[in-house]
Amino acid sequence: MSIAVLSGNEAIARGAYEAGVLVASAYPGTPSTEILENIARYPEIDSSWAPNEKVALEVAIGASFGGGRAIACMKHVGVNVAAAPLFTLSYTGVRGGLVLVAADDPEMHSSQNEQDSRNYAKFAKLPMLEPADSRECKEFTRLAFELSEQFDTPVMLRSCTRISHGKSVVELGERVSGLPEPQLVKDAPKLVMLPGNARVRHPLVEQRTLNLAEYGNSSAINKMEMRSVKVGVICAGVVYQYVREVLPEASVLKLGMVYPLPGALIRDFAARVEQLYVIEELDPFIEEQIRAMGVKVTGKEIVSLCGELSPGRVRAAFAKAGLVTAPESPVVDQGPLPPRPPNMCPGCPHRGLFYTLNRLNAYVTGDIGCYTLGFMPPLNAMDTCVCMGASVSNASGIVRVLPPEEQRRVVGVIGDSTFLHTGINSLMEMAYNRAPATVVILDNRITAMTGRQENPASGFTLSGETAHEVNLVALCRALGIQHVRVIDPNDLDATRQALAEEMARPEPSVVITNRPCCLLKGEDRFKPGEVLAVDQEQCTGCRACLRLGCPAIEWQPAPDGKKGKAYIDPLLCNGCTVCQQLCKFDAIK
Amino acid sequence: MSDKITNILLVGVGGQGILLASEILAETFMLAGFDVKKSEIHGMSQRGGSVVSHVRFGREVFSPTVPEGEGDILFGFELLEAYRSLSLLRPDAKVVVNDYRIPPPAVLLGQASYPDDLAARIRTGFANTLLVDGLHLAQQAGDARAANTVLLGAVSMRLPIAETVWQEALEKMVPKKALEINRKAFALGRAL
Repeated sequence: MSIAVLSGNEAIARGAYEAGVLVASAYPGTPSTEILENIARYPEIDSSWAPNEKVALEVAIGASFGGGRAIACMKHVGVNVAAAPLFTLSYTGVRGGLVLVAADDPEMHSSQNEQDSRNYAKFAKLPMLEPADSRECKEFTRLAFELSEQFDTPVMLRSCTRISHGKSVVELGERVSGLPEPQLVKDAPKLVMLPGNARVRHPLVEQRTLNLAEYGNSSAINKMEMRSVKVGVICAGVVYQYVREVLPEASVLKLGMVYPLPGALIRDFAARVEQLYVIEELDPFIEEQIRAMGVKVTGKEIVSLCGELSPGRVRAAFAKAGLVTAPESPVVDQGPLPPRPPNMCPGCPHRGLFYTLNRLNAYVTGDIGCYTLGFMPPLNAMDTCVCMGASVSNASGIVRVLPPEEQRRVVGVIGDSTFLHTGINSLMEMAYNRAPATVVILDNRITAMTGRQENPASGFTLSGETAHEVNLVALCRALGIQHVRVIDPNDLDATRQALAEEMARPEPSVVITNRPCCLLKGEDRFKPGEVLAVDQEQCTGCRACLRLGCPAIEWQPAPDGKKGKAYIDPLLCNGCTVCQQLCKFDAIK
Repeated sequence: MSDKITNILLVGVGGQGILLASEILAETFMLAGFDVKKSEIHGMSQRGGSVVSHVRFGREVFSPTVPEGEGDILFGFELLEAYRSLSLLRPDAKVVVNDYRIPPPAVLLGQASYPDDLAARIRTGFANTLLVDGLHLAQQAGDARAANTVLLGAVSMRLPIAETVWQEALEKMVPKKALEINRKAFALGRAL
């Protein structure tokens, strides 16, 4: 037996491999991205990026209907996109086992909201497992496939940032063999969900939930750990680790299956302890169900509904309950320090574009990606950001309520991968209904924010094979946009002229930028320019270049009250020349 | 083996190679026979933002993140980020910090200044502080990019793990062509 230190995501991938999975599909999204990247290392599994989470789940459903085990992985907000097939999949059930991994992001380290995916399990009436470390990530993934086939149900596996991107020790197992060979089987009453069939399936779904709860009462997946009976805590996932850390003597009912809940087991545990607590991140999901059973429990009175938990926050919660002392205040009070928020990279092809949008006084409906950072000072060039694809349709909607002179200011900005994810439908709407807004597609040839994943326009597949590249110009034209032009976003004059013209046009139009992401340097798809330097003699200290917010350009104050000058860090500069074009004194060379 | 858990925090700026350094630590502790957990944030914070990686080892580790105020060792890749993280430490924590500044956005724009005398301020709170000229020593070892390995060498002297185990982890985690220079950098860090 070999052991390894694996992240939760690596362990889920290993679990999928050991479970005999044949097909894996996903759209990248933090903190879920590395699951599919790691599954792709097993040649036995057909792994591929889908353009969005709905498609990823439907690919997995197809594989399951063919009799193979399949997995779809996504971040929490991806489940919203995949919800359409998910709810009906609950009715059809599966042929080959099917697991949907949803990775939540409490604290919104890299997300636009912190929705609690557990609600989906209850809403769609399907079981959800929640691992508490990497070992359980692997074991629960394997188990999820068995439960999926045993109970004829899709199974959701819920992770979160601290599980997906936490690492711990895992024992590696072998891939199962002897699973049934995939084959076509006609079973319309089960797989064709029209009203007559669905009405037959729904009662089966309700019975299945009862059966799963009964399984949870006796299965080892839910564990009662009796220690002191003074305090009993019900918890799941990473929160279990915090509870063990803070209250090592407390009895714990650790739920591995968070839906449906094991009612009899919970009553048994509640009867054995003097005080019962439920500690959970985000929603009172377990707590409300326990209260509905008529069991007295303390929960959200002491734990916030917002943000992620930590040992310190759990300690603070139990301190409120009088069980422990409050955390001590830190040794050092550092006072206010300059913050270090994330920023676009030096040489990022988005920088010149956002600078230009700012100068043109554009009102920018934004989208999800690195370029959302265009909202930060000094660029200040993003005004809305809701969800994947919303930039285009928000632009289309906002112009409908504005007078013509304001309409011209509206520009939707969306990345290549985000456009392919859910922007195409929005642009179709915009063309169809002739909304007079401008859309910029930032085509940097990669899904950058999540760590450079290929997409249908990048020319490569997940496994690095060359692939058909979606022709974005032809696609926009086919959708009905008459005015489509391609620009070099590092050419400030051309960018300004193109944007000004298209913004003035009282018709829908699209501008596509053509510079690759500078993080593609290692792969030879981005070629950095010559490193630039500030001629200290010629620099007048006008600060024009600083308005780009480039991490390579630093303001250096001069001593004795003289005017400072700009300085370019040669180790950071990628030679995009945008600052050079801004310098009126030819001081950047 | 005692029940004591050792808590290490690696802090710096996205892009500095913090994740690889924390991987090497985790691998070392596993090879030394300990339970180990680690945690960090990927995605948006990697774009030049503050990064904190937690690594914990002992007989049985529960939380993947270090409880606030219980850090035993601070492994700082950048001065301001090291200073920012001091509240995560125990009063008797050991600090190894790279003598290196990366100006944050407000400083780049000339709207704030980079706080001065940070090393001295760190030392005021934590007597056991080692300031390392990682870049210079890495150049001595043969490649400026090995600065993190110099720091790792210095951190290794503050942990109860045999040098052979560290060497085994380096061999496993560092690409072959860079191994010799990293071994030198590691040795320079241990000699500090």
